[in-house]
Formats: sequence, C-alpha cells, structure tokens
Amino acid sequence: MSETVLEARGVRRSFSVSGGFMKPRRALHAVRGVDFTIRRGEVVGLVGESGCGKSTLAKLLLGLMPPSEGEILLEGAPISGQDRLETARRIQPIFQDPYSSLNPRKSIGTIIGLPLRVQTDLGGAEIARRVTETMDLVGLPARVVDSYPNQLSGGQRQRVAIARALINRPSIIICDEPTSALDVSVQSQILNLLQDLQREFGLTYLLISHDLSVVEHMASRVAVMYLGRIVEERPTAGLFAEARHPYARALLDSVLTPDPSLGIPDTHLGAAFPNPLEIPAGCSFHPRCPKAMPRCCTVAPDPLRIGDGMVECLLHAPDQHDEPEEETTR
Amino acid sequence: MAEQVLEVEGLSVDIPVTGGMLHPVQEVSLTVARGETLAIVGESGCGKSLTSLSLMGLLPSRAERRARRLSLLGEELAGKSERAMSDIRGNRMSMIFQEPMTSLNPAYTIGDQLAEPLERHTRLSRREVRERAVEMLERVGITAAASRLGQYPHQLSGGLRQRVMIAMALICNPDLLIADEPTTALDVTIQAQILHLMAELQREFHAGMILITHDLGVVARVADRVAVMYAGQIVETGTAAQIYGAPSHPYTRGLLSCIPIPGRSRPGEHLGAIPGVVPSLIGRMEGCHFADRCALVEPRCRKGDIALRDGSGSGHRYRCVLDPETPATQEAPA
Amino acid sequence: MAVTDPVTGAAEAVLAPSPAARMRGRAFGHAGFVLGAVILIGIFAMALLAPMVAPHDPFDQVLDRKLIPPVWFDSAKATWEHPLGTDQLGRDYLSRLLYGARISLLIGFAAMLISMVIGTAIGVAGGYFGGRVDMVCNFIITTRLSLPVVLVAIAVVSLVGSSLSVVIWVLGLLIWDRFAVVMRAATMQLRGRDFVTAAEAIGCSRARIILSEIMPNVMNSLIVVATVEMAHAILLEAALSFLGLGVQPPEPSWGLMISEAKGLMFFDGWLIAIPGAALFLLVLSINLLGDGLRDVTAPENRS
Repeated sequence: MSETVLEARGVRRSFSVSGGFMKPRRALHAVRGVDFTIRRGEVVGLVGESGCGKSTLAKLLLGLMPPSEGEILLEGAPISGQDRLETARRIQPIFQDPYSSLNPRKSIGTIIGLPLRVQTDLGGAEIARRVTETMDLVGLPARVVDSYPNQLSGGQRQRVAIARALINRPSIIICDEPTSALDVSVQSQILNLLQDLQREFGLTYLLISHDLSVVEHMASRVAVMYLGRIVEERPTAGLFAEARHPYARALLDSVLTPDPSLGIPDTHLGAAFPNPLEIPAGCSFHPRCPKAMPRCCTVAPDPLRIGDGMVECLLHAPDQHDEPEEETTR
Repeated sequence: MAEQVLEVEGLSVDIPVTGGMLHPVQEVSLTVARGETLAIVGESGCGKSLTSLSLMGLLPSRAERRARRLSLLGEELAGKSERAMSDIRGNRMSMIFQEPMTSLNPAYTIGDQLAEPLERHTRLSRREVRERAVEMLERVGITAAASRLGQYPHQLSGGLRQRVMIAMALICNPDLLIADEPTTALDVTIQAQILHLMAELQREFHAGMILITHDLGVVARVADRVAVMYAGQIVETGTAAQIYGAPSHPYTRGLLSCIPIPGRSRPGEHLGAIPGVVPSLIGRMEGCHFADRCALVEPRCRKGDIALRDGSGSGHRYRCVLDPETPATQEAPA
Repeated sequence: MAVTDPVTGAAEAVLAPSPAARMRGRAFGHAGFVLGAVILIGIFAMALLAPMVAPHDPFDQVLDRKLIPPVWFDSAKATWEHPLGTDQLGRDYLSRLLYGARISLLIGFAAMLISMVIGTAIGVAGGYFGGRVDMVCNFIITTRLSLPVVLVAIAVVSLVGSSLSVVIWVLGLLIWDRFAVVMRAATMQLRGRDFVTAAEAIGCSRARIILSEIMPNVMNSLIVVATVEMAHAILLEAALSFLGLGVQPPEPSWGLMISEAKGLMFFDGWLIAIPGAALFLLVLSINLLGDGLRDVTAPENRS
C-alpha cells in the first residue's frame, strides 16, 4: 500500500545556454534540488507555471536525461545504473499534444504495440491480442487498429497515447499536461478514463499540469513547483483549503471557477517574470511575493515539515513568529 | 440603454473546400454595446474564430461572407471595399490574438509596431507618436516604457508581449475590441493580471469588447453577456448569470458539467461528458446540429431549422425544441 | 496559426482517408506530376528496350551514309531507314540517342544513390545527435559547399582518367550536399517531436528510432531532393562529356553527342538540337516529377 514507487533525492539539473553573440555561456538551473516520493496507487499532482522546471523534471524521472546531481530511484533501485529497457518497462509517459506524440506514418496498432515489441519477446499474434485488449480498455473501437493518427480526433489520439503507455503495465505513468491540448468536453472524457484505469489497475500517476482544477479533481497529493524547487507539498484537500506558501496561494486564487457572481481575482503578484537564467538570491519567489520580508531577499528558506505537508517559506520558519511586515515589492 | 457599437444580423461564412461547401458560421446575430463585454464561447471548430475574423473583414480570400446587417456605430460595413475596411481596422475596431509571439513581427521593435497604427490612421508628428506609444505602454503596466520601445518582441516575456498587443490594439482608441483567446497561451497567474488589465482599460476607453474563448471560467468572470456557439450556430445566448444559472440548451449544460470545479465537483467522481464528435459542416444540415450527441434527442429535433426561442429572462434565448428541464443539481450554481 | 485552425478543426472527421489514399488522390490530380511521370517513364522504357527498338547498332559506322538529315527535312537523302538521320561517321542517330538515354539514366541514378547515402548519413546524424556530432557534420558540409563541383570533377577526372565508373563516383562523392542540408533540417525538426521522445521512453535503440521513427517522416523530402540531384547529375555528366572528360567515345552519351557535333553546329544544327532536346526533356520531366512529389506528399508545406 505505502510502498514507494518513485523517489527523487536532491535532484538537480542545469543546462548551459548561449548568452548571446560573443558572450559567455550561462547556466540555466532548471531543477534545483527536488526531493519527493510517490507511493504505489497514488496520484500526485505537480503544478507550476511554464519555465518552472516541470517538463525537465519529467524527463529526468523518465530517465531520458541524467540529473546533474542527485538520484532518482524507481522501485528502490537508482535508474542511473539500470538498463534502459528496465526503466522503460516500469515508467511511461503521456504527453500533452496527441498531434505530436504519435508518429503520423505509423498505424494505430503499430504505435500501441511498440512497447511490447521493444521490451518483450512476445510473438506477433500475442502482441496483436494485447493491442486489441488495450484498445478496448481505453475505449478505442477495434476498427481503428489499421488507421493512421490523422484519421482520429484529438480525444481518440490521446486514448492511443494512453494505450501505448499502459500496454506493458508500467509501475507509474507520468502524465505531462494530458488534457491541456484538448477541448473541454474531450478533456472530461480523458480525465474520466484516466481515473477509471487508475482504480481498476491500481495505477500510480504523476500528473503534471498547470490547471489546478484538474489537479484538484484527480490528485490525492499536490506538489507546487517554482523556479526549479518544490515550494509546497501537501494532500490536496489541505492545500486547497489553506495554502501555506504565498505562491501556492496565488496560484489557487488565479483559478477561475465558472461563477459569474465573482470578479477577476487579484493575485497581488508583481509583474516580474520568473527567469530561470537569473534566479533571485534568497527566496527565489521574493520579487513577486506580496508578503516578502527584508530577510527573504538574502536568506533562502529550508524545507519545513508541517503535519503531513512540506513548505519552503520563511513565513513559516520556527523563529519567525511575529507578524510579517506588509511590504510589497513592485 | 447604452449605444450599440456593433450590430450583426444573419452573418454567414461559406468556404469552398474539397468535397463541397463548408458553412463554419451560420446566421449569427449579435450586438455589443459600449462598455459591454460579449463572450463567444465554444469548442474548437465551432466557428467562433471565423466569426471574429469575418467581423474584421480578415477572412481568407476564398471565403464568402454574407450578412443582412453588419454595422459599426450605425455605419454599414457589409459592402465596404477592402481599402475602406483597412481604414477601420486597427483604428475603430482592433483585435488581440492568442499568441503574441506570432502576431508581433519579430523583425521590428516594439516602438515601430506601436507607432504603425498611429502613422496609418492619424496625422500625429513623430514626437507625438512616440509620446503616445510610451503613454500607452505605461498604461498597460509596462515599467521603463521608454526603454522598451527599442526592444524586439523576443526580448519580452509572454505576459509582457500580450500587454504590448493590448497597447497596440487600444492605441487608436477603438470603439470595438475583439480579443481572440487573449490569455490561453499565458500562465494562470499572468492570465488573471491580463484579464484585470483588459477589464480596466475597457472601462476607461468605453469600448465594446468581444471575447472569444473556450474557457468557461474566463467567460464567467469577465463577460456581461455570453453567446455559446456550436457547429457554426449560436445555440444559446443571454447574460452570464442566465447562462450559468439557468443553462437551457443541452450543449451548454453538457459543457458546464464537463469541467472540474474545486469545491463543487467532487474529486474522484466522474465528470460529465458529451459523447461523439462535432459534425462536419460541409453541406447543408437539417435539424438541430447537436442532435447526434444529445441525450434528450427526439424525432422532431431532426426536422427543419431550429429557431432561437426565449428562455428564462429578457435577452435569454436558446436553440432547442425541448422545454428546459430543471438543471441537474450538480450543475446548479451555489 | 489561429486563422486557419477553425477551418481544419471543423472539417475534422473520424473517417478521413488514410495518408496513402490521400496522396494517391492528390497525385492523379496534379498535372505536373502526371506529365513528368509520363515523359520519364517513356524515356526509361526506351532506354530499357534500346536493344530491341533501336533500328541499327549505335557503333556501326557506314561512312558513305554519313550526315543523312532526319526524315522531316526536305532533302533527297532523308530516309525512314534513319528517322533521325546519321552523324558524321554514318552512325544511326536514333540508335545512339536510345543508347545514350541508358548512359544518362545510369549515371544520374547511380550518382544520386551514392550521394543520397552519404548526404543522408551526415544529415541525419547531425540533426539527430546534435551537439558535437552536429558541429562535425556541419563542418563537413561547409567544406564540401566551398568546393566548386565542376572544377574538382575536371581535376579528378584528368588525374585518374575517365571512364563510366569514375564519372559516377566523382559525381556521387560531390553532390551530396543538398541531401545533407535538407536531411539535417528535417531531422532536427522531428527530433523535438513528442513521438521521438515517446520512442526513447519506450526504450527503443537509437538505430531503431532513426530507422523506424525518423526516416519514414523524412522520406518525402528525401525523394524530392533525389529527383533534383538526379537531374543535376545528368546535366553534370553531359557537361563533363562535352568537355571530353566524361564518357569516352565511341560510347553514345548525349553530352558527347553534342560535343562531337559542335564543329557542324552551323551546317547541320539538328545534330546538336536532337540530343539537346532529349536532355532538356529528361531533366524537365525529372524536375516536374520532383515538384509534383513535393506538392503531393506534403501539401501543407506549400506557401
């Protein structure tokens, strides 16, 4: 039940990017020390804005690129020392854009059966049987097995991607924005499907999304990421009831529920753009934080366990019991 | 009652394609008053973007537009030449697009692009143009505005680029602003800021605004009135309160049940779903366009053209032959 | 862009034809493609069947029958025995033209194949692996682009002597640049697509990803470049033969035929016009076919 499937320990990843013509190369710190665990049967949501390092983290977890520092353990064993196929068999992705994630020149049956052909020694007939079975499971009509991606609708394509991820029964599926390229009515079908599959097979998901409504609906635990670090992590209900980190608070406030009696929320965030090339000193969120204190500009907060959650903010540091000064920076 | 900025009656667009004639917009009628925001909401392929492009006279050349009435502040636009339309575009009506990176020209500076509509439509001197550009940038919340004039689009973040787009759209003080998915490409926290800014500027400039979007959350918070489009037609229209409080078309009700709402839809429970796919809009179509996906479909739904009928309050109309059943409890607003 | 989306989005249907079926439909509706294909197939058939259809041996010199004009000339000498007349050595011009088509097609095709293998390998490697590998590939491409093809070909041929195989190899080793440049760009673009990442996440080997995920998607551009380069090779062969550095007499090559006739240009112009027209038709048909293929296989790339 509480067996750990995936664990990240102090994972960092930086890239060297061109600084411009005739300028030295600069380091882009995409992921800056991420720790978390995902237990079997759990749905963990990972939220954050573009550029916060979500997608890099997903690639690191999938073993598609090595971390600069730290370790990723899949079912207890570090993936760095593991055979590529062994990792691939146990962790699979679902991508955002089903128009880009399916090879336009391959038939649906070939696409779904690829993991079995690469990862197992099964014969053609057995693979075909498993493909049909999986297509049925994700609600794809059997007749599309010989069709090509361009003949399917967006929702059907995403079902193909789900079938491909699912066919060799991985331990965990990383869903990277699985519905944000889809229409509302299709999104609900895909979310329902992901949920049914999760219940039926006890699947484990890491659900990466910028849509907090989706995460609230699907996930039992949520991690909020900002500029390469997880700044708050808690069970969903607790986070949505009362977020501790000001950034998590702002994200939650920005969710536009379809209620015409409410106006446009004011997030009180500064317009400063979170730039992973120039990460601010101290708490990386302080230039946009409505509750920033003078020492936030110099002291980087440490992760702090509170109850069943974690938060990384000086407002909650044990030596900080006095009321925060109401100071707004830009 | 406020002055009507835009009055559209019976707007249709036909596009010849291989296999027949595509009818992406069919008999759309709408009005926008000064200071009012009309949201056109629908899923991809419903015709909402082509509706806005046809209002601007920006349809692809092979497309044909028909309208019984298409007037901007009482002035009929339907018969206007391309030349006359280009005097109006960017001046009296302007548009904000979804992706500011593709709608700003990467080869020109922000200053050049802001100056363009002024140079095209006014007789201001170069200094006045520059002053106006700086003023507009400051107005949309861009700091160090004067130094931004020399920057190129790629040097700005997505949120800043969208602010520049808004400044460009408003710089000639238009009567009508059409925003096509203005915040879809932005992060949620930036989205809130941009929506705030747009609402504020709209009040200040006293313009009419058409907001095209698929996001029901944005619509609820921003729109005064809403038009729900499906397969080329407006299937329901009314005030935001009417649409969200008493959705009467099965499609509107279906859409509202599809979205997870923190605190209202129960986590882990199934979301509503609309089975099937959008029908092909090639060729003529008989009966209700939603019939094939509707759970309540009856034989009479498939005959003739379904007209809009009056709904729960004044201005609330919907295109369905069935009497509105009481909305299911889970969709009712708190 | 947002402007076109609604159109295609609305037209999206579950029963759209498969890519192959759509391509067939477009191919038969494309006038240039059909015309190019018909001419090329015609030339190819003539080359293939040359021993059967040629009225005479192309090497047979009958000196008392030299310089007979083609039949449409109003001349007492013109005869249906030599429909296109004879050259200055009395060889049947039609037979030489038919056999010459074999040389042109053989050289064009073989040189194109060699350059395709080299260029594709360099381009795909650079585009897929990126980084250092790409830097090296790019350097090789740049080096090649800075060499003038005709000068290098002339130098090499005059150094090692000329023969059919030398011409093929020299051309093949020189004209792969366009393959490399196009394949590199196409591969780079695909490299970032999610289906390649998905294949990596499934655990596919690099060879498998390149061969079965990337190659099928760059085939269109590959075929288009192949036609262009084949036409290019044929013209270069003609040029080299004209300069006396390509195919050697008495082999019948169209370039050589033009060269041999250049002394009689002002007296018997048809000697140059006939192989010249054949060369023009062949290159035109290949280019029409290539242009057609580009439109047929990737209509979305048209401006």
